[in-house]
Amino acid sequence: MFRDRRKLIPWYFALPGLLWLLVFFLLPLVNQVGVSVMSGDPEAGYDLTWSFSNYSDAIDQYWPQIERSLVYAFAATVIDLAIAFPLAYFIAFKAGRWKGFLLLMVVLPFFMSQVLRTVSWQLILTDNGWVVSQLKGIGIVGDEGRVLATSWAVIGGIAYNYLPFMVLPLYASLDRLDRRLIEAATDLYASRPTAFRKVTIPLATPGIFAGSLLCFIPATGDFVNAALLGSSKQYMIGNVIQTNFLTVLDYPTAAALSFFLIGLILVGISIYSALLGTKNLTEVAG
Amino acid sequence: MSSAAVTTPGIASATGEIRFDAVTKRYGEVTVIDDLSLTIEPGTFYALLGPSGCGKTTTLRMVGGFELPTEGNIYLDGADVSHLPPNKRDVNTVFQSYALFPHLTVLKNVMFGLERRGVGKAEVQRRATEALDAVELGHLAERKPTALSGGQQQRVALARALVNRPHALLLDEPLGALDLRLRRQLQVEIKRVHAEVGITFVHVTHDQEEAMTMADVIAVMNRGRIEQAGSARDLYDTPQTAFVANFLGQSNLIDATVTGTDGEWTVVQTHDGVKLKAPTDRVAATTGKLAVGVRPEKVWIWDRIEEADAGERENKLTARVTSSAFLGVSMEYRVETAAGDELIVTVQNNRRNASPPYANGTEVELSWAPEHTFVVAVGADV
Ligand SMILES: Nc1ncnc2c1ncn2[C@@H]1O[C@H](COP(=O)(O)OP(=O)(O)OP(=O)(O)O)[C@@H](O)[C@H]1O
Ligand SMILES: [Mg+2]
Repeated sequence: MFRDRRKLIPWYFALPGLLWLLVFFLLPLVNQVGVSVMSGDPEAGYDLTWSFSNYSDAIDQYWPQIERSLVYAFAATVIDLAIAFPLAYFIAFKAGRWKGFLLLMVVLPFFMSQVLRTVSWQLILTDNGWVVSQLKGIGIVGDEGRVLATSWAVIGGIAYNYLPFMVLPLYASLDRLDRRLIEAATDLYASRPTAFRKVTIPLATPGIFAGSLLCFIPATGDFVNAALLGSSKQYMIGNVIQTNFLTVLDYPTAAALSFFLIGLILVGISIYSALLGTKNLTEVAG
Repeated sequence: MSSAAVTTPGIASATGEIRFDAVTKRYGEVTVIDDLSLTIEPGTFYALLGPSGCGKTTTLRMVGGFELPTEGNIYLDGADVSHLPPNKRDVNTVFQSYALFPHLTVLKNVMFGLERRGVGKAEVQRRATEALDAVELGHLAERKPTALSGGQQQRVALARALVNRPHALLLDEPLGALDLRLRRQLQVEIKRVHAEVGITFVHVTHDQEEAMTMADVIAVMNRGRIEQAGSARDLYDTPQTAFVANFLGQSNLIDATVTGTDGEWTVVQTHDGVKLKAPTDRVAATTGKLAVGVRPEKVWIWDRIEEADAGERENKLTARVTSSAFLGVSMEYRVETAAGDELIVTVQNNRRNASPPYANGTEVELSWAPEHTFVVAVGADV
């Protein structure tokens, strides 16, 4: 097959990476696929019985959480896009020598663990804390209302936690954008807003695409925000999987839900990239 | 300075008169364009020629609307456009890097300007296709610009600008990134397009040969000012400053003073006392720091020992050969005069009995016809 030995060389370079994927990604994955079709109970242990009904049972039982995960993740992604685009635009085009500093500020929260960051939000938004009493004062929150244990708290937490994932790819594609293209657009009778719509946005699409995926995918599986800022009424699929794995010890259900989630996301990505036409986009970016 | 505005035959009234009225551009404390006034006649192929950093691009960008003048006004066909944004000006630009939109096909690139101006869909399509055909790229209409060669991209940029029928076309070193052969080819092509469309072309370059090949009027810029503007022949034959004399072709310049004039002829004396004659109409200045000059190919070189008595000649200098180079069509000698001036003499290799070249160290006599002599002002920065 490889008449020319030099064609093998790229494969040698890929070898460590391929081995890594095999050992740390594929093996556990195959193992969990097995677990997902086992049956039994925590005391007696689980046996491989190819019980595919685990999937339909799990989906039926936890559909509300699945749905909620998608809605929360989608809402958080949209919020992040709305915040991150102007921010990334400002950093790329207007920040001048403050660029490096501002980018550092964007990633700085990452120096602290996600759980700690979220716990501090829990403290900030606590029921009789300063923030909530102010919100009550101006009538945004009712007298008996709370901020914690609402969908908004969880969505806000997710948006907060994944914002840098949106800012960085957007910044990368905007920073790379050749300013002369915008000049060329205005030279060709486009007003500033038209140039933005016809040139800036299309050329930033690879960043929008990458950023939305980097936000949406981990957000769908997130459990920290719902656990710390929400209540069981805001539980997402991640919380269900976590509870089933670690508390209830119903491994097959947890594994089945995980794979269902993976499948769902893969289908979602294909539709999304078909919509955005990423084939052309990667050409542009390259 | 003669105005060499060429109005293309067949086109009733060429458009694109560009006028700078005392334009100054400063970035902070730095003055980049200094009190610039100039008029570009409609339909002219106007080259802005000058060394790197002299302000050519800045000048062009002020016409396009990408930079605004700090002081003064810019008029396009009589209308003050000094502070209009680029999209409100009837000029189009061919950018140095082409700046083609990478996310649009070649055809869509060309259609961009027409679409913005609300031209009907069918009309846009037709004119864009026509413009692409005119630069022989019709068959590549559906490609992305990144899949084109440099020369092809350049042509697309040209089509994308011209399809809008602007009053003037601005070109910022449009051939800078291309190899020599392609440059030559596109120089001819752009020149042809100019003759066809009959609008003003303002072409920025730092390549004097390119400027001479293409332009009707060449403006030599230096440090944010125009030293001299005129036809290539004007600038070459009667440079007014030492900078122009050196920038457009080579010149032999010797510090000198004007000692007298008898109408048609002016007598100058070099710093070591040699008297030379120059036509009075080629004396650009008579006061201030001056230099007398002659082009290397106008100078005759004689072996002082063997040929010295070959007759009475005016404008003579004695010198010694310091080096020589065979350039194919010519020999180039570098000589040093008794006063220490370094001069260049080129001799066409067309003598019937081609004498062997003068060896280094040979004592020679230089002479040239007085009508080839010129006198220029020496600025602070030559
Ligand atoms: N935005 C700016 N801020 C400060 N100085 C600038 C700016 N743009 C240009 N300059 C300065 O203005 C001068 C003229 O620049 P310009 O680009 O017009 O030169 P140019 O003649 O086109 O040179 P080149 O042949 O290298 O392209 C340069 O000294 C440059 O450093
Ligand atoms: Mg320039």
